[in-house]
Amino acid sequence: MSDKGWFSFLFRGLLDVPEEGKSHIRYRILRRNMFILMGLVTFVPLLAMAVINFVQYQSALEKEILNPMRTIVSKTKHSFELFLAERLSAVSFITFAYSYEELADEKKLNQIFSVMKREFEGFIDLGLIDSNGIQVSYVGPYDLKNKNYDKQIWFHEVQIRSSYVSDVFMGYRDFPHIVMAVQRVSETGRTWIIRATVDTKKFESLISSMGLDSVTDAFLINGSGVFQTPSRFYGKVMQKFPFPVPPVSYEANVIELLDPQGREINLAYSHFIHSPYILILVKPRAEVMRSWYTLKGEMLFVFVGGVSIIFLVVFHLTKILVQRVQEAEEKREMAFREIEHTQKLSSIGRLAAGVAHEINNPLAIINEKAGLMKDIIELMPDFPNKERFLPQVDAIKKSVDRCRGITHRLLGFARRMDVHIELLDINEVLQEVLGFLEKEAMHRNVNLNLQLADDLPRIESDRGQLQQVFLNILNNAFAAVQNGGVVAVTTWDKDADSVAASFQDNGCGMSQITLKHIFEPFFTTKKGYGTGLGLSITYGVVKKLGGDIDVESREGEGTKFIVYLPKKSEYGEG
Amino acid sequence: MAGKKILLVDDEAEFVSTLAERLELRGIEVMTAHNGEGALQMIDQDPPQLVVMDMMMPGMSGLETLKRIKARYPKMRVILLTGHGCTKEGTDGLRLGAEECLMKPLEIDVLIKKLRETKDHPSQ
Repeated sequence: MSDKGWFSFLFRGLLDVPEEGKSHIRYRILRRNMFILMGLVTFVPLLAMAVINFVQYQSALEKEILNPMRTIVSKTKHSFELFLAERLSAVSFITFAYSYEELADEKKLNQIFSVMKREFEGFIDLGLIDSNGIQVSYVGPYDLKNKNYDKQIWFHEVQIRSSYVSDVFMGYRDFPHIVMAVQRVSETGRTWIIRATVDTKKFESLISSMGLDSVTDAFLINGSGVFQTPSRFYGKVMQKFPFPVPPVSYEANVIELLDPQGREINLAYSHFIHSPYILILVKPRAEVMRSWYTLKGEMLFVFVGGVSIIFLVVFHLTKILVQRVQEAEEKREMAFREIEHTQKLSSIGRLAAGVAHEINNPLAIINEKAGLMKDIIELMPDFPNKERFLPQVDAIKKSVDRCRGITHRLLGFARRMDVHIELLDINEVLQEVLGFLEKEAMHRNVNLNLQLADDLPRIESDRGQLQQVFLNILNNAFAAVQNGGVVAVTTWDKDADSVAASFQDNGCGMSQITLKHIFEPFFTTKKGYGTGLGLSITYGVVKKLGGDIDVESREGEGTKFIVYLPKKSEYGEG
Repeated sequence: MAGKKILLVDDEAEFVSTLAERLELRGIEVMTAHNGEGALQMIDQDPPQLVVMDMMMPGMSGLETLKRIKARYPKMRVILLTGHGCTKEGTDGLRLGAEECLMKPLEIDVLIKKLRETKDHPSQ
């Protein structure tokens, strides 16, 4: 699979929301996709930033922490070199300032040595050695006069290099010291060597001047890895250094190692330029990197905390969002069903109107024919079987009346769909509507209490729409009352411009909260079977007709709807 | 009821003839027409006191006929009949000057009562 293929494999599924299928699965997929997408777009940048920060901090901090080690090693090495160079140049000065004879004279040599000791601390002895390796004169605490150095390595080294600084070694009195030797070749070709011994106590004081903490160690080793100064953790003078000798570097350098105790350590070192020594500084890594580990821990904590909060928020957010979407879609579906239902009613209504009209014409003929028959029977005094025919004719007329009632109701039903303003009597409309509910009232023993004003003026309004409004309110009232309850309908002439009709029940009533919402579309208390459209449509119709609705309700006591209708319609007649 | 003259206009011939016979039995002079044009001719020849006309007729509709009658005889009383109930067309008819819109089937007594309200002579 190509890169692009992988990409679409991973993300196409996330961006598609299935339109079909079982709804709860669909919402689950929607929610999963939202969760993954939101999680990814927040988590990935955070992760990238954390990684970049981590790497950056690591390199910066490492430099920050390791640089002081390099600095102190460089500085201390410099002090060592200065110390050694001073002493070597002192020895060199003596070699070249005095003649062989002067130096061979022990009295003179003693004089020189005492000045030297005063000026440069650390010198222990001083001697002259001739070209055969014999100690000609000597000043110092040991009896080394006439000792032959011919076989010793340093004697040959100094003859090659003309000056020499030895490794540290334990002398006869068992304290560490070094040897410095300088050779002079006179104009006459005679050669001799001045040899001085220097105490290395000064080395230790130089190391202690580095101001090390208790876990840090610093010492000198020579080129073959032998301790030149004692180490705090790794051995005494002349013992073998437990690490491999680090590669040559005259700059301070830091390497990472495991020490014999298995600790991770940072080892800073630098080779001396003119002497065979290496200065080494050892610090446990845990100590060195402590601040880095702390920072790392804090970063990890922030990262993990942030990610958990993100996922928690995303989880709940998608849950709420998808729930809202689901609710909205369910309500929309309900509304569609309601509209479908209304449309069905509307087409049934149109059909009913057509049928009613077609039936009314032949019905009119039947009516006239029966009327004529009755006229003839009544006008002819000697009509045979008069008393048998008249009831038949009356029965026909009664049947015609019944049919007329049916077709009128059908037409009324059909007319509910559009606004047709006409002059009408509210009481009459109410009576018609109550006709639909009489059966239910009888069955449930609901007491219908009518107080209709006799002198109510006719108003300009739409019969069908008013029927719908009254029917809906009365249906609600009937739904609210118990069997045997009371529904009171009252009409009155409110003022010069409007009439009013009130519908009072003694049913279950509504809470103040419910009352606030009853005219909102999709608000329903009939969980499961209500669409929440009934009262909102009712409200819309009354507003359309230029009227208004008031509701008063107390929980447990009942509800009162008052419908106000204008006497003059805005639709007008002209 | 003598001297009262009524014009019945409807495309349903049976309805017109039966109603006419019943009205004549009650001593009312009846003219009949089965379409708008016929009705207009009748009115021109012999103006009645009352015109009773169906709204739905082939050819010229009741409303159209009403318009023409009112154009020529503004005071002519016209009652409209409909199988539909007094819906939009009915309201339009009332606006055009029809006195009332009655629904079929109608009671003959209502018609007679209306006729009684007219003067003996046709209003011009």
